[in-house]
Amino acid sequence: MPLDQDYLTYPARAHAMDHDRYAWSDLFERPPVVWPNKAGVALWVMPIVQWFPLDMPGKPFRAPGGMTMPFPDFRHYTNRDYGNRVGIYRILRVLDDLDIPASVATNAAIARRYPALLRDVVSSGHEIVAHGEDAAQVLHSGMSQAEESSLIEHALNTLRSASGQPVAGWLSPGRAQSLHTPDLLAEHGIEYACDWANDDLPYAMRTDRGELFAMPFAQETDDRTVMLDFHHTEDDWLAQVKDRFDVMLRESREYGGRVMSLPLHAWVAGVPYRIGVVRQALEYMLGHDGVWAATGSDILAAFRQQAEQSRA
Amino acid sequence: MNDLTLNMGDDPGLYGYLPYNARPRITWPEGKRIAVWVAPNLEFYEYAPPTNPQRTPWPRPLPDVLNYSHRDYGNRAGWQRMLRAMDAAGFRGSVSLNVAMCEHHPEIIRICADHGWEFFSHGIYNTRYVYGMTPEQERAIIVDAQNTIKRHTGQTMDGWLSPALSNNTWTMDLLAEAGVLYTCDLFHDDQPTPINVKSGRLISVPYSLELNDTIVYNTNLYTPRHYGTVIKRQFDQLYREGTESGTVMCIPLHPYLVGQPHRIDAFAEALQYIAGHEGVWLATGREIARHYVDHHYDEVVRATAAVNA
Repeated sequence: MPLDQDYLTYPARAHAMDHDRYAWSDLFERPPVVWPNKAGVALWVMPIVQWFPLDMPGKPFRAPGGMTMPFPDFRHYTNRDYGNRVGIYRILRVLDDLDIPASVATNAAIARRYPALLRDVVSSGHEIVAHGEDAAQVLHSGMSQAEESSLIEHALNTLRSASGQPVAGWLSPGRAQSLHTPDLLAEHGIEYACDWANDDLPYAMRTDRGELFAMPFAQETDDRTVMLDFHHTEDDWLAQVKDRFDVMLRESREYGGRVMSLPLHAWVAGVPYRIGVVRQALEYMLGHDGVWAATGSDILAAFRQQAEQSRA
Repeated sequence: MNDLTLNMGDDPGLYGYLPYNARPRITWPEGKRIAVWVAPNLEFYEYAPPTNPQRTPWPRPLPDVLNYSHRDYGNRAGWQRMLRAMDAAGFRGSVSLNVAMCEHHPEIIRICADHGWEFFSHGIYNTRYVYGMTPEQERAIIVDAQNTIKRHTGQTMDGWLSPALSNNTWTMDLLAEAGVLYTCDLFHDDQPTPINVKSGRLISVPYSLELNDTIVYNTNLYTPRHYGTVIKRQFDQLYREGTESGTVMCIPLHPYLVGQPHRIDAFAEALQYIAGHEGVWLATGREIARHYVDHHYDEVVRATAAVNA
């Protein structure tokens, strides 16, 4: 059965992207960005607190970190929940010691189930970034827009009312989106989403319902990706984080500011033998001139202000 | 046996056996010991590709924004780091090109062309496979690639790496018939090899899975610094063997991987290491292929026939 001739036609074969979500732009050809206090690197630390339901469906695909054993998978349920009981508190301690304001990606289920944890994060001065309903319910194009919209709205309502914050940032569970997610996020007052992994600076996305920015959230120096998926040691993770930082700081002098994001899953980075390298990574970066530790919202505000000035 | 295996069976019959210890001596220009070529894959993966019955383009349901954007990183950011690392060590690229890149990102193609890089083809998109194509359909994508590369760079397309390494039993015959000089799809050797084709002439130029950053990072899950070590060790051994007979080393790259900030310096340092050796020919795929065809092809064909007589 030969392939249909449609397989050899290319309707989107034209300049720039093959979709309308954003314009193409080369990182090295943009007007240079300067962060507050003339910093070259905006250090954006984002701890992630997640709750994985024991009976998670695993459809249309299993979210990263999800249950893998026959029901009831106590080992993975409790190992992930460790992050919410213990791991996050180690991370918060390090952030407090080093005086780093962070964004904390939080499942709405955390606010409902563990209000004490949410209060502790908020009272430490960190920004809450919405991380969906829980770690299992991924957004996908098999959902109706109404269904997806209500899932997003429910998560945001929960987190906004529990934190008292506007909650302007969004990280999708599994960093998965449907065809409509950016439109729905903008509609519900989200200003930035962290799912797309194609840049080292914020950039404007196109939606049919308002403004939305993509924030550059590291995928391949993510603690879970490197240490659990790639099976690298914590020392190797530390080396990669430092190497990434060194290149960004060097580039910032020639090409303008960069965002150095540091995703820290509480159930991964908060384990006793790993927390030491988390501290070392942060101390290393803060030990350089030209580093500005900030929340996602503050980084985006500084970026937008400059983008508007350079247009004016 | 289905129609796909009808003419091939258990042996693809691509080349005759010729052991490493009994070959005509290969020489490179100016007495160099090793030809080193760097092959950046400039690729475009589609947001909503059509389905192919034999391979699903993305692991997640469409749109797979995480994996799509990961690839897109190469064209927004990573390729410039890769280019600078290569420039600093004096390497030109031989681009394995999804030719739709010429339409989507002509800015990138122009800069690479201005650097004197070669362009060979890696199909139209990396999300369109030749699996299930008729020979006529596969001919059409070869012609499309030849025309697109000529139109955008003025170059003749001399090499071919099948899109996403998808192949049909007749692929090599079609390449030779279309006048393509070399294929990168075969991994059986560290020297070029004459390939058995129905008409015309085709050689294989060593490409690499083992040195390929996709295999290193996505399959073997090596660390960036270990990739630097791997490149240097591979070079050291082939450089030594090059005193006996010329060798080829290829470093296939993907800017979405090697161009990540935490990976670029280890790679750049390994390139500097290679360039610091006297007996290295910093070549392109086309230069290696032409030199081999002009100086060694006939002799190796004779030697292979003698071994298999």
